[in-house]
Amino acid sequence: MNLLLIILLPLLGALLPPLAIRYGRSASAWTAAAITLAALLFALGPLVAVFGGAPQEVHWTWLPQAGLDIHLRLDGLAALFVLLILGIGLLVILYARYYLAERDPMGRFYGLLLLFMGAMLGVALSNHLLQLLVFWELTSLSSFLLISYWHHRSDARRGARMALAITGAGGLAMLAGFMLLGHIVGSYQISVILNAGDLIRAHPLYAPMLLLVLLGAFTKSAQFPFHFWLPHAMAAPTPVSAYLHSATMVKAGVFLLARLYPALSGTELWFFLVGGVGLATLLFAAYNALFQHDLKGLLAYSTISHLGLITLLFGIGTPLAAVAGVFHIINHATFKASLFMAAGIIDHETGTRDMRLINGMWKYMPHTATLAMVAAAAMAGVPLLNGFLSKEMFFAETLHLSALGAFSWVLPAAATLAGIFAVAYSARFIHDVFFNGEPIDLPKFPPHEPPRHMKVPVEILVALCLLVGILPAITVAPLLAVAAGAVLNGPLPDYSLAIWHGFNTPFIMSLVALAGGIALYTQRHKLFALHDRVFPGVDARALFWEFITWLMDTAHAMTRALENGSLQRYAALLLLTAVAAIAWPFLNSTAPIAGPVPAAPIDALTLLGALVMMAAAVVTTVWQRQRLTAVIALSVVGLVVSLTFVRWSAPDLALTQLSVEVVTIVLLLLALYFLPQRATVDSSNLRRGQDLLLATGVGGGVGLITWAMLTRPYTTIANYFVENSLPGGGGANVVNVILVDFRGFDTLGEITVLAIAAIGIFALLDNLRLEMPATDDGGRPWSSERYPLVLSQLTRFLLPLALLVSVYLFLRGHNAPGGGFIAGLVTAVALILQYMASGIDWTQQRWRLQYHPIIAAGVLIAAATGAGSWLYDRPFLTSAFGHFHLPLAGEFELATAMLFDLGVYLTVVGVVMLILANLGKLTQRSAGEGGT
Amino acid sequence: MLNAAIVFAFACIAAALLLNFWRLLRGPTTPDRILALDTMYINTIALLVLFGIHLDLTAFFEAALLIAMMGFVGTVALCKYLLRGDIIE
Repeated sequence: MNLLLIILLPLLGALLPPLAIRYGRSASAWTAAAITLAALLFALGPLVAVFGGAPQEVHWTWLPQAGLDIHLRLDGLAALFVLLILGIGLLVILYARYYLAERDPMGRFYGLLLLFMGAMLGVALSNHLLQLLVFWELTSLSSFLLISYWHHRSDARRGARMALAITGAGGLAMLAGFMLLGHIVGSYQISVILNAGDLIRAHPLYAPMLLLVLLGAFTKSAQFPFHFWLPHAMAAPTPVSAYLHSATMVKAGVFLLARLYPALSGTELWFFLVGGVGLATLLFAAYNALFQHDLKGLLAYSTISHLGLITLLFGIGTPLAAVAGVFHIINHATFKASLFMAAGIIDHETGTRDMRLINGMWKYMPHTATLAMVAAAAMAGVPLLNGFLSKEMFFAETLHLSALGAFSWVLPAAATLAGIFAVAYSARFIHDVFFNGEPIDLPKFPPHEPPRHMKVPVEILVALCLLVGILPAITVAPLLAVAAGAVLNGPLPDYSLAIWHGFNTPFIMSLVALAGGIALYTQRHKLFALHDRVFPGVDARALFWEFITWLMDTAHAMTRALENGSLQRYAALLLLTAVAAIAWPFLNSTAPIAGPVPAAPIDALTLLGALVMMAAAVVTTVWQRQRLTAVIALSVVGLVVSLTFVRWSAPDLALTQLSVEVVTIVLLLLALYFLPQRATVDSSNLRRGQDLLLATGVGGGVGLITWAMLTRPYTTIANYFVENSLPGGGGANVVNVILVDFRGFDTLGEITVLAIAAIGIFALLDNLRLEMPATDDGGRPWSSERYPLVLSQLTRFLLPLALLVSVYLFLRGHNAPGGGFIAGLVTAVALILQYMASGIDWTQQRWRLQYHPIIAAGVLIAAATGAGSWLYDRPFLTSAFGHFHLPLAGEFELATAMLFDLGVYLTVVGVVMLILANLGKLTQRSAGEGGT
Repeated sequence: MLNAAIVFAFACIAAALLLNFWRLLRGPTTPDRILALDTMYINTIALLVLFGIHLDLTAFFEAALLIAMMGFVGTVALCKYLLRGDIIE
């Protein structure tokens, strides 16, 4: 439970700082810090257990059928990350309190920071691949929001988009990789996967799976060639850069390498892919870091380079290299976070990050300068500091590699070269910023020391660099041992954490790097000139944007090609597909279309109805350009359809169809008022011929299928419903029992859709102003009599009558034709009639109900009825019924389905009225404005 | 006897419906067509009631009731449309 709380506290607590900001900036910061501290407190117990050698695990089933459970596991590696995330998180919260300016929305900052913290803890603690991926994407999202924190700046927005695009794409690739991995092992549980290494490595899908998983890891950890998003992410506030983009989030990629190390490593592919990419990143970024003039740019490239180093260490694949990799994760997080914070202080105090302007800071802020210089020395790998220890382990590992054969010298040479550049850019950070003459044209002058508490986090981190560097065996050793043990998933190799291993080759490599780096730095002006000449403006960002532009253009072109806005074309394509799908089996089959069942005899009345319906349908099509006449002809079709339902003993359908007919004609007439009365011919004759052919094909095809279906014997599921309707659902009307009971869930979905549609239509009609015709089709002025007396008087008598009928239809619906849907339509028609005959004002004065709440009440009643069955430990929407006796009335039946039907009734009434009344009101508003 | 009467009534109403439909097709004015539609609704009521008597079922009664009660709403809407254009104002 504690493990879950560690994640949930920051995730849910993210809501609090934005609320606490009302009580001041410090209150917001304290809230964030308190949440982090609480998470740390909950983590303490499990952490102690892990250091005692007992990994903690919790597991809840969620969707076991889909293999989706909540699995959390705290082992050594996760413990390391939990400490990093919460520890550095706490320092960053303190630092940000002083870093953020008065005008920056601090509540939002802390909210997002906590959101990220929870997501990152989720990544560290997940013991399930898909669950890990969800948290992984959540870190990408929160990183996006934090980079674009100053969203008035275009570089922040662009940087955020780029970061999200790259890491998001990597996350998708990783999802595919995880699916493959889950398929190979047969489980998504990480602890199972870790013990299935041999199976995974021998599987034919190993290579594609590895490639996809690594794509995710490399994009997240900004490995070459996906590194370029990280420097642009520096548009984020510096606390974010310190926290997400150096200490924690970018470590998620190498965390994944470490996490899956026992399962995936140990093959040549792993060695060349991970090692190769790591080496390329290490060298490329170390070289580039030297040529950055932006303080944070230098640190960003240095971060990329160090991430490359860690990747390379995991790529090498020996147990000792893995230990060194874990060690460097710890060291890099401490010194780089403190460096970012120092850079932020300098930026804060001088107003710029350009190292060509910032010089001689030693004079103005000696305290900060001392801290930054110690941290930079750790970054360079100077002895007595933590960076030196892990770097020397790295140098040692490059020497013991036989995989490259005759080229074994390449790796140590490259490592030394990278070391030289690391020393050079560290030297630049120290010398260029704190010495090197006087500052030039600073936006803020003179700079001075920051507030006391802004330096506390830097001091703590620098102290850690020193402590680990001088006394590794008593400070970091237990953490390293437990984390590395978890990475290796086996026994630890022998290693000694000492600052002095004798005058050996790694030490010589360190010395060469130190001397070479300083020498390189002294020659920097020549180098800068050379660099500008050789690589003028090679910019991955430009390539990225070019690619994005191309992608967008292609997508737009495809959309335009498929979706050209012509409804005729969509309909034609859809129908053509349908015709092809119908024709294909008919053409490929020798069986006769008509089956063995003989046709029923035709009586004269049915034949007459069919003929009238067909004629009316044809007439509707022919008259479609005279719209009112077409509506009249269409009503005949509707009427005969209703009669057809009666003829074939479907009274429920007939009642529904009749009510729908009335509502439809009102709706059509309401809309017709705003439309031209006659349509012109827009298509060519050829086009119309094609359409005629297509329409005939569709109609003929449907007819053929129906004929083929009805002349064949078939088994039906209807019998089940007929048999179970009364004993199971308590109703004799099968149609209604199906609607409210058997398929109640469908009905619930349908009324919800109805409600959404009605609200959508309401939103569309809101504030709509339309042109209204001043005369009718023939140019005659409208009649001046708005509410004919006879009509309005007579229809008033009809309202109670119609409501009575609708109550009757509703109450008997469960056992005889009727039900909530039909009753709702009848009520709506009766009400609409009042609107038509007596006007909106008259009706609304007497009928003050709003339609939105009616719809809401309907959906809620239906849903609550369904949920009510949970109280009795039954599945959703189980219905109950019973028979009761009432004096005078006699025996009657009550069913929960009736309550559900009431929800349907209210929804239907509300939806129909909301749509029709608001369509009707359109003219009222327009008239009021037009003054007619 | 009753059977023969029902068959005869069916024939009459069917003929009436056909003639209504003919008027609807011919027009010539829109009010003619609206009236034709309204009369079709009325004849349908008769048809449904006859059908109920013929099959000795009450299930069609509600359909006839609904047509009687609401069938003219369409007519009202069409007429109001002719008069004012705006049917809900």
